[in-house]
Amino acid sequence: MAVYSTNEFKGGLKVMLDNDPCAIIENEFVKPGKGQAFNRVKIRNLKTGRVIERTFKSGETLESADVADVEMQYLYNDGEYRHFMVPDTFEQYQMDDKAVGDSAKWLKDQDICTVTLWNDAPLAVIPPNFVILTITETDPGVRGDTSGGGGKPAKLETGAVVRVPLFVQTGEAVKVDTRTGEYISRAKE
Amino acid sequence: MSTWKPGCDHDQLIKRALVLAAIRDFFAEKSVLEVETPLLGITTGTDPQLDFFVTQLDRDAKNKALYLQTSPEFAMKRLLAAGSGSIFQICKAFRNGEIGRLHNPEFTILEWYRVGFDLEQLMQEVAELMFRLSDIFDIALSIEKYSYSEIFNHYTDLDALNFDLDSYRSFAIRRNHTDAERLCGEQHSVWLDFIFSHEVQPFLGKTGMVMIHSYPACQAALAKINDFNPLIAERVELFMNGVELGNGYFELTDPAEQERRFKQELRLREQQNLPKVVIDEKFLASLQAGLPSCAGIAIGLDRLLMVLNADTCLDEVLSFSHTRL
Repeated sequence: MAVYSTNEFKGGLKVMLDNDPCAIIENEFVKPGKGQAFNRVKIRNLKTGRVIERTFKSGETLESADVADVEMQYLYNDGEYRHFMVPDTFEQYQMDDKAVGDSAKWLKDQDICTVTLWNDAPLAVIPPNFVILTITETDPGVRGDTSGGGGKPAKLETGAVVRVPLFVQTGEAVKVDTRTGEYISRAKE
Repeated sequence: MSTWKPGCDHDQLIKRALVLAAIRDFFAEKSVLEVETPLLGITTGTDPQLDFFVTQLDRDAKNKALYLQTSPEFAMKRLLAAGSGSIFQICKAFRNGEIGRLHNPEFTILEWYRVGFDLEQLMQEVAELMFRLSDIFDIALSIEKYSYSEIFNHYTDLDALNFDLDSYRSFAIRRNHTDAERLCGEQHSVWLDFIFSHEVQPFLGKTGMVMIHSYPACQAALAKINDFNPLIAERVELFMNGVELGNGYFELTDPAEQERRFKQELRLREQQNLPKVVIDEKFLASLQAGLPSCAGIAIGLDRLLMVLNADTCLDEVLSFSHTRL
């Protein structure tokens, strides 16, 4: 297993920390002119998604984590597991609700997502940046209101709830940014 | 990709040239002599925290190592001992492995020594020079002075001079520094480095420049210990925008004490499995011959340009930082 020293730490590097696979977000070299040098590292635990700050003495090392991001198609939910497939190889992977976490509310059959594999086991899934989903439930809007002001909650087919303008109705498809959870526009499906 | 282009803009090139000219004018007015010393030496500093670049001459039967200097300090002190009087130098210094937003493996140092000055007088002169340089950037600079223990206590409620492991440890835990205890162990100096760099330095000089003086004796480096208080070293550091800009001393002139500190650093190097270095005997010999009482300071010019220009990254003030080579 490869080992990385603090001076090789950079954003995106995947390392093992406290037995969990982590991704380095930011590495700041902190060095007084005289005295001990430190590396202050912002790190994301890939299992929990939590971001923590840790400090290392310069020269300390961490083992690399065998982590890869793979594009996969979301297939279906069997109630216990969600199933994904690598389009090129037809290789299939399954993930439980815990691993899918918050991403679940954006997962729509057939969409291409990014699945993070650790030692070939799925760790997390990142939905596409933009998804088009149908509204299953929202209050009828005020007639004639075409402005974006105000807005109302709308429940989408995957269970997510987003704020939409008053003129958007149940049954319509909308485009949503999954990173912010914000409504972008109406969409034709 | 236009990766051949410099990191700094044309305005920054001009500012640097103006700063260099202003520094030379400043010292000419005060009759401080500009000098040059070798960048390539046969010895180097013993500081275990400094990594150096090593090279050698071609066809050298003895395979003698040559070091790119991490600081011009020892050579300049040899000049002082030889009777140069007050001197300054603007030169490159090289530190291996130091790359980051605030670090470039080669950087420009302004270093000067004032014969007959104490630390207080040196700080006065630093302030005077900084006011002069800040004019180039059209900023109304303010400069504040605090002692190390005063500022340390202000941000942490801890006593910097008297080490109390329990209170240091519980402070670190309160501030969520889970790694502090593992990294610092029972070493007062490392604890100070950790806490100062995480909990004090980032807040220094948000509205101007700050000089921190009277360092704890365990952080003396090459400074004299205070005549009246053995817990304090006659050292000063300069900060702006949370960035360390310079480090100065009322210089240690006692050769025996210097040799003792060298040997201690060599022992630390050995403990940490760092590359072996030899002590600069000619520097020690010059101290034995007599270094005049003096105060001196080194300032990182690239960083100074960076903070005065309100930039946040050295790449914005260097023509070609390491990442653009």
